Amino acid sequence: MFRQILLVLILSLFSVAAYAGCGINSGSVRVIANDFPAIHAVGDAAKECDGGGVEISINYNKDHKDIHVAALTANPAEFTSSIVANSTFVDLHNNGLIRPLNEYVEKYGDGISKNQLITIDGKVMAVAFMANSAHLFYREDVLKAAGQNPPKSFEELLTVAKAIKDKGLMEHPLGGVFKSGWNVGNEFVNLYLGHGGELFKAGTAEPNLNNAKGVAALNMMKAMTEYMNPDFLTHDSNANQALWEGGKIALVHLWGSRAGAVTDGENSTSEIENSTKFAGALTVGGGSTPAAALWWDGFVIAANIPDADAEATFRALANGVSLKMAQANQEKANWIIKGATPTAAGVGVSATAQAGAHPYPMVPFISSLHGAIGSEIVDFLQGKESAEQALSDVEAAYITVAKEKGFL
Amino acid sequence: MRHRTFVSFIWPSAFVMLLFIAVPIISVGVQSLFIQHEQVIETVENCGPFGCKQTQQINYEATETLRKEKPLGRFVGLEAYTNRNHLALEEVKESWGTANTYQEFYKDIMNLPFYKALVFTLTYTAIVTPMVLILGFLVALSVNRLPSIFKGPTIFCSLLPFIVTPLIGALILFWMIDADGIIGGTLQIIFHNPELSLKASPTLTWITLIIYGIWHSAPFSFIVFYAGLQTVPKETIESAKIDGANKWEQVRYVIIPHLMPLVIFIALMQLMDNFRVFEPIIGFNASANATSLSWLIYNDLRGSDGNMVFGSAAATSFLMIIGVCILLTPVLIRTWRSYQKVS
Amino acid sequence: MIFDQIKKFNFLTLLALAFLILWLVMAMFPFIWTLWGSFKVQGDFFSKQDWKNAIYGVFTLSETGHYFTGKGYKGAWIIKEFWRSTINTIIVTFSVVTISLTLGTLGGYALARSGFRYAFWILIIALIFRAMPHITLVSGYLFPFFQLNIWGYLATTIIVMVAINQPFTLWMLHSFFLNIPKELDESAMVDGCTRFQAFRNVIIPVMWPGVITTGLFSFLLAYNDFALTGLLLTHENQTMVPKIASFLGTTQVEGNIMYAVAAVVSATAPLFVLVMFFQRQIVSGLITGAVKG
Repeated sequence: MFRQILLVLILSLFSVAAYAGCGINSGSVRVIANDFPAIHAVGDAAKECDGGGVEISINYNKDHKDIHVAALTANPAEFTSSIVANSTFVDLHNNGLIRPLNEYVEKYGDGISKNQLITIDGKVMAVAFMANSAHLFYREDVLKAAGQNPPKSFEELLTVAKAIKDKGLMEHPLGGVFKSGWNVGNEFVNLYLGHGGELFKAGTAEPNLNNAKGVAALNMMKAMTEYMNPDFLTHDSNANQALWEGGKIALVHLWGSRAGAVTDGENSTSEIENSTKFAGALTVGGGSTPAAALWWDGFVIAANIPDADAEATFRALANGVSLKMAQANQEKANWIIKGATPTAAGVGVSATAQAGAHPYPMVPFISSLHGAIGSEIVDFLQGKESAEQALSDVEAAYITVAKEKGFL
Repeated sequence: MRHRTFVSFIWPSAFVMLLFIAVPIISVGVQSLFIQHEQVIETVENCGPFGCKQTQQINYEATETLRKEKPLGRFVGLEAYTNRNHLALEEVKESWGTANTYQEFYKDIMNLPFYKALVFTLTYTAIVTPMVLILGFLVALSVNRLPSIFKGPTIFCSLLPFIVTPLIGALILFWMIDADGIIGGTLQIIFHNPELSLKASPTLTWITLIIYGIWHSAPFSFIVFYAGLQTVPKETIESAKIDGANKWEQVRYVIIPHLMPLVIFIALMQLMDNFRVFEPIIGFNASANATSLSWLIYNDLRGSDGNMVFGSAAATSFLMIIGVCILLTPVLIRTWRSYQKVS
Repeated sequence: MIFDQIKKFNFLTLLALAFLILWLVMAMFPFIWTLWGSFKVQGDFFSKQDWKNAIYGVFTLSETGHYFTGKGYKGAWIIKEFWRSTINTIIVTFSVVTISLTLGTLGGYALARSGFRYAFWILIIALIFRAMPHITLVSGYLFPFFQLNIWGYLATTIIVMVAINQPFTLWMLHSFFLNIPKELDESAMVDGCTRFQAFRNVIIPVMWPGVITTGLFSFLLAYNDFALTGLLLTHENQTMVPKIASFLGTTQVEGNIMYAVAAVVSATAPLFVLVMFFQRQIVSGLITGAVKG
């Protein structure tokens, strides 16, 4: 009798452990991540594996990108995983701070589709789970009133904006994430890529912006500002969302991750929300690829940690990015998880990806160039200098930084 | 005081400062003299959710061997201080040679990030510091005349701009001064100009930042002056009055000289803090029109994803320290004299 | 007090009063606006349509059915567990203030009484230390902290803040001690006390006003800091300011701005109590010290 009870007790303990740990029964999982709802959803799902020998802690920090390199450089690393994007992945990868995941994908990657894998020379270095890109938001009612069709290119965008303005429907019909610094730099990168430009001379870290395509991209930005609120250099995504919800703009190339927020029944009138429509990113300069870089968010696993912890981390995060999680949190992001279907707010990003947009470049020197663009093209947009001068300033600023970082 | 006793009193304080300020300063200083090793770049195939592409990456192993040989990097001396993103000696020299007018030269200089930031930083410091002193003094004089029951709440309300987190204070003000916000909208009505925007033009942005700076720091000088006013000896005022001094003369010849040490104290702290101006530029998204030296450092370290330029940030930090030393020299000389007197 | 004699109504008093009212309106208006707005929804308080929405609460009414809503407060305090950050802030500010004052009074006293030239140079070096931008310092801390495995703890942040706060504390307390007559502790030492006994028995009882004033400034530094707390604390250990910053969202994702507004209002309330409670001491503290510059 006693023996039987003991057996039942032990068995039940095991089953509890197995249940609580998603089958993981040892290891330490410590994740650093950005702090927003979609990441919390992934984190919460990964945390379901907590207990039964494995400890899971997730550190949400708005400034995670400023911490993770130092944290993963330490040996043993402070965190076993970081949730990264194209741009932040590069820092970790180029410093040799993350490990290949092939072995784990083979063993535990049933729920992960092949196109989620970021593979470099055959080595899986990251697993992506959500996508993002800028794309077109437009107001159907305003466009109709102006007798215009939704634009397909930036050139058409200007025509439509002009028509709206001329009809007196809106004073500044165009929005834009033009805040000086990273944001305005990002607009330039999008337009330059849309023009078919290459940011660097092939195979090197030498900048390659001061050319006809660069000038064309800048002139397009300048032309757009004619139809924008004069404060455009202070407008980040938040400001653009507020402008949209306040019915002040009718057209904007904005982050897909904001699509849900402008149609959520809050802070705006139903009239505006109902006529808010999304379309893929626009093309520019007669090109066929959309002028918007594609972004992904995904997880990586640290190199400087015990293998057992790495394995546990992979399993916990694989549970975090499961289809179940994606279905339960559909509205929070454009999941690219196996089996997940895009929502109404996700059509813009899907359309952009299908039209063959380029991913945001994953070269080690991109962030230095992006930073230089963001601070140096502002003078041109304010009309203080020529496009050529602005581009040569960008190159000069970038070269100084790139030399210091050993790229040139 | 004997040296031994002195040390036993000061060591805890000195220890934490050495560990957490002096050591980083030294390491930052050393770092600013080096640049990173040449990175060994290779081309790889990168596949992801959006297809495959040939891209470059750093050959980590090869770079690491270079790094092991010389852990500090390549020594370049003061190059980080003189390159384009800092003192830009070459660019300045070139412009001096080619520019035909001073205006053209000024335009060239303002195109260089360091000088652009320096000009704003100095303007800001030069205007905000005296204005804070004056405004704080006037508020202190006025509060001093109030009946005592009103003093408490008035003091608290006057302190509000100083005690609220600048990060959030600036965010809310940013919305209030928007062309569609309450302050911005009211200004448009006052000036009969529906296109007026405080955020669009450089001049107005500068004025906004400066007014914010004065508004934010005035309470600090107010509270110090207010306290100082309590110590003005009554007899001196009385005798001044008997001598026929009017209100203005009492303030000018009795109160201000009495408060002079406080003026120095506030000026010292304010010069330093204003020279480091940074939060309002972030809070007001003002970097298109106004940048400061601290903002340059921020931009080097946190500006874009993972683009940390330590050497450059270190160089700017050192240039800032030198700047502070120059600004403070007059105050320091005065302190030195008074110190001599005491000892 | 100086002008107590002039009770009669005159032009100057009127002018001073008018000026003061103008100043108070300027100083208080943004906070009254924020306090009012914290009971509205985002669409009203951060309206691009019409700022008057913040007064009438158009969207607040249509979204919640009332003119005022406690959604921001509920979101910040209950959903986002702002109380945790509040506890952390209490721990951090209390420790920073106590430790900096302890170290600062010892050091400041020594500097004020030393009489040797090196004391002056220590003060100057401290001043230069204060000029170092915090962001540069904090980037330097990260790697060693991770390697030593002391990153993320409240204790680490407290010590760092104490260190960064020392220059100001030393300066201020040093000038307070200069104001306390030398004869006081010297006569105690003539009576056979050691330096430390003299400090404890004679100086400590008379130094409180100065200490409280310096404490207020240390408190504000610890309370408002973002540069350090944003990067040095784990998610659970975050203090109020980085927590509020995390409500603001990122460039891709919308934040809960109204949570931030409600949290800011909540974070200002204890300051009100504190200032009301200590204002007399602060003022009397400033009287005895600082005057020497």
